Amino acid sequence: MSRRARDITAALTAAAGAALLLLGLHMGEAEIVLRKAVNICLECIGLG
Amino acid sequence: MVKRLGKHIRLIVQLCWTALTNGYAMGFLKGGIYKGELKKICVPGLNCYSCPGALGACPIGSLQAVLGEQGKWFSFYIVGFLMLVGAFFGRFICGWLCPFGLVQDLLHKIPFPKKRKRLPGDRYLKYLRYLVLAVLVVILPLTVLDIVGQGSPWYCKYICPSGTLFAGIPLVLMNEGLQSSLGWLFNWKVGLLVVILLLSVWSYRPFCRYLCPLGAIYGLFNPIAFYRYEVDKDKCVSCGACTRACGFALRPDVEPNSTECIRCGDCIRACPTQALHRRGFGKERKVEREDGA
Repeated sequence: MSRRARDITAALTAAAGAALLLLGLHMGEAEIVLRKAVNICLECIGLG
Repeated sequence: MVKRLGKHIRLIVQLCWTALTNGYAMGFLKGGIYKGELKKICVPGLNCYSCPGALGACPIGSLQAVLGEQGKWFSFYIVGFLMLVGAFFGRFICGWLCPFGLVQDLLHKIPFPKKRKRLPGDRYLKYLRYLVLAVLVVILPLTVLDIVGQGSPWYCKYICPSGTLFAGIPLVLMNEGLQSSLGWLFNWKVGLLVVILLLSVWSYRPFCRYLCPLGAIYGLFNPIAFYRYEVDKDKCVSCGACTRACGFALRPDVEPNSTECIRCGDCIRACPTQALHRRGFGKERKVEREDGA
């Protein structure tokens, strides 16, 4: 794969990633993450 | 002075990043965790959100949290985040911005006879991280549900040594209530952590190479990421210096963007002809050797 092709692929991947991230924000997924992350995760620490 | 600083720049960045993203001192003082809005934002490395100092969320823990939510089958937010970070940095995150990677790096500095770059069975073990990602991070949280339709974070629960080290052990030490709840699962996780830490003294970053699902994801982006390595074939003399310098014994002269490369930069520093260089964001950036040659 040429350097230019790699750069274009990276740019498209970044753009798709940004779009998905924004869509996820719109769908409220960040709130799910927040709800999980502000409580001690008993599974994560080996108690769950 | 500048040259000496340059030699340790990666360690300095690792320490600063770990301190910055785990800077909630009150958590360590009171035995709790940060509960602010920043926690909805992921940090790029494997950094348990139940660590007393953590200011952000772990992408692998978050992915399992969303996939385990009732009615969810995909996480646009986390997959988008991983694609965005991966497209720019690839496994640079592993080498420079992962707290558990830092721990393994420090342990590997301990003198030990007959250190190995790879563990026995490496040929097969190196694919284990993809199995961990597919089964424990994606399939089981999606398919094994409790009575209210929620999945468990299987990877965090049974494997993640970062969670045990940075969250489990500190929280258990600081909370008597948690100490009374200890059982076989905690013992299993501490045992696994101890094995990984001991192996880290002997072999270079065994967890990153064999088990880390986040590294497995970022590695897929290495060949196309904006931050990647390139070889000037006209300058390369195939002396093998890069392979000898590589902690994983990779062949940067043949495959500079291997999915296993964590972008530590040791190969670039070791190259006597400066044939290896970093491809920066948008333009080629030649890297000077530290000895100024």
